[in-house]
Amino acid sequence: MTIRNSRRRLVLTGLSLVAVAALAGCSGGSNDPSGGAGGASDEPGSFTVLTANENQALEDQLTQLAEGACAEQNEAMPLEHQKTAQADTVQKVTQLASQGALPQHFIAGTDMVRPDGDLGAGGMVADYEEVLGDAFENILPAAASTVNNVYGGMVSLPYQYNLEGIWYNKQMFSEAGVDEPQTFAELLDASAALEEAGYQPLTTAGADGWPMTRLMGMYIFRNVGPDAMQKIADGEAKLTDPEYLAGAEALKQLADEGYFGDGFSTMDSGTSAAAFLTGKAAMKYDGSWLLSNINDPEQNEIGEENVGFMPFPAVEGGAGDINQWAANAGAAMSANAETMGPNTTAWFECIAENYGAQALDSAGIVSGFKINDEVTDVPAATAVVQEKVEGIDETVLWFEALFDAKSNSLASTNASLLVTGQMSAEDYMAELQASIEASL
Amino acid sequence: MSRVFGDRKTVLILLVPVLAVYGLLKVVPVLWSLGLSFFEGNTLRGFEFVGLDNFTTFFTDGPALHALWVTVYFAVVMTAAQVVMGYLLALMYVFVLRKGSAFLRTAVFFPMVLPTVAVAMLFKSFVAVGDNQGPVNDVINFFGGDSVEFLATTSGTMTVAILMTLWTSMGFYAVLLYTGLLDIPDEVIESARIDGASGLRLVRHIVLPLSAPILLSSIIFSFNSTLKVFDSLLALNNGGPGTSTSPLTLYMYRTAFEYAEYGYGSTIALVLTLLCLVFTVTVFRSSAKRTED
Repeated sequence: MTIRNSRRRLVLTGLSLVAVAALAGCSGGSNDPSGGAGGASDEPGSFTVLTANENQALEDQLTQLAEGACAEQNEAMPLEHQKTAQADTVQKVTQLASQGALPQHFIAGTDMVRPDGDLGAGGMVADYEEVLGDAFENILPAAASTVNNVYGGMVSLPYQYNLEGIWYNKQMFSEAGVDEPQTFAELLDASAALEEAGYQPLTTAGADGWPMTRLMGMYIFRNVGPDAMQKIADGEAKLTDPEYLAGAEALKQLADEGYFGDGFSTMDSGTSAAAFLTGKAAMKYDGSWLLSNINDPEQNEIGEENVGFMPFPAVEGGAGDINQWAANAGAAMSANAETMGPNTTAWFECIAENYGAQALDSAGIVSGFKINDEVTDVPAATAVVQEKVEGIDETVLWFEALFDAKSNSLASTNASLLVTGQMSAEDYMAELQASIEASL
Repeated sequence: MSRVFGDRKTVLILLVPVLAVYGLLKVVPVLWSLGLSFFEGNTLRGFEFVGLDNFTTFFTDGPALHALWVTVYFAVVMTAAQVVMGYLLALMYVFVLRKGSAFLRTAVFFPMVLPTVAVAMLFKSFVAVGDNQGPVNDVINFFGGDSVEFLATTSGTMTVAILMTLWTSMGFYAVLLYTGLLDIPDEVIESARIDGASGLRLVRHIVLPLSAPILLSSIIFSFNSTLKVFDSLLALNNGGPGTSTSPLTLYMYRTAFEYAEYGYGSTIALVLTLLCLVFTVTVFRSSAKRTED
């Protein structure tokens, strides 16, 4: 009996040891991405950049810089790319950061890099104003202001500087006898006139949710003023207040009138862009990132000279102004504060000095960096956006910009219920407000 | 053989590696997840012990309870549909088509090997409206009806999801149940026929009771796979419109990986595990009771 018990104990001890050894193997991780000793002063041997699969342009532009203007920096610290699906960003970055394996330069979730976010609070993201020093002047003040507004600090580089507004088909406007609407009421009139002329007034990618919430958000900014969403974040106003509810009702009105056409609530972004660029719809609310589609002759059948860009119109009696464009600076691209060193700093300085001109010249991308070289042959639509960017005095954020991740997702997913009449404007805003309050 | 299995050392040598792997890959993660459900946070900002707070939150969290309802509804409807359709097909293979059923069995089974995302894209295009209208709305238009945006409504999305899952899975259940029906001795069927049983009476009194074990396995198998439905509802309409067709698995994924709330995500996982356990035990017990009766 004793022998049997001893054997049993031996087997159990052996099993436990195997389990502990395996778990220890799984849980172990070096703090240094390069595999060497970790530590605040250790700069890795390569300039590793984590970007989203969906943003191939950024990888291409950085590679071009490494081969061209930043060849010297690349020799000292070779560029290496890592990729992630945009939807997996939070999970991926959380995992890398918890293992001390964050790349030198990485995409992050908006929430994460804010001062109270997981990375921001942990001091893991660098402030570009400090990193760049004198080279910080290469970042356009409007772009720096947008980054500061969204992230609460200069913790992202503005590889894109996107204006959001209404792209429209000039020829259809001319045939329907309408001018750029200056007020929301005029937008409704213009839509009715376009419909009467046989055109679908608007197209939107309802499956994505956010293209619809942006319309609602812009109505709110025009109605309440540029600090409308800051008031919500600060708890000074509620989304259920009548002036905010009006935004949801305005969006619902556009849907109820049938101005978005058939099947809009399940339409994806590619189909919606095609509807505008092939002349099936007269207007599309979108960001200036649509330029890559507009400048592609294979996609753009209506001709680039036929494409106009206007801000979301004012709301009669509202505190906002039509000239307050919605702007964003793309997804957060942060720098690892813990492994910052002279070679990394040299890379960021080189990017700040050269990215603007190169991206505009080679890909027609409007970024938040200064254009330090002369760029010729800018496509017509890109030039229009550049002109608008130069004339901007004040920008506003987008509807969900200051929301936590859960409320952000809820705003987008419930939008389809709102526009299809399965959820009232009151319920939509009440549910969203409850989610925002729960996160505070 | 009995000498080999009678030796304790041999049994240990054979079992220990398997049990160790099973324990490390199955039991440890489940226990780990169970432990996490008493904490809040993530690997970056750290974990804080919150006791039973996550469980209290779950039972007062509207979207979580809705996701639980979607999961149970989908599991019950799908299990009923795929097991009944599978059984009818199996009966047809055995009693109508007999040896000529090979082609049909393969054809009906084929969708099972297709990736779920591809199937979801296919069904999405079937029911599409607008410029790229699908054949379903073409047929509706042909008979004078207006196009229907199926994926814009909860009932429409759920109907498409159920038909889609049924299309892919019924062939599998048909083959599973077919093998069970083949085990019924021909003599039993023949003697029942001689005694005057045929058609529905033969199925009701002879085939059904004799195929009960495989039917029970199919039901348990079906519940456990449909309670964990994820990819089909995600690929079809992203759990929408809104979150109205979002099952517990999708809610768990979003909570843990999109909102970085690992503790609450683990709580949802635990609820799902318990749900599978409850369904399995219920089916087992009801069948055991019937056997005793």
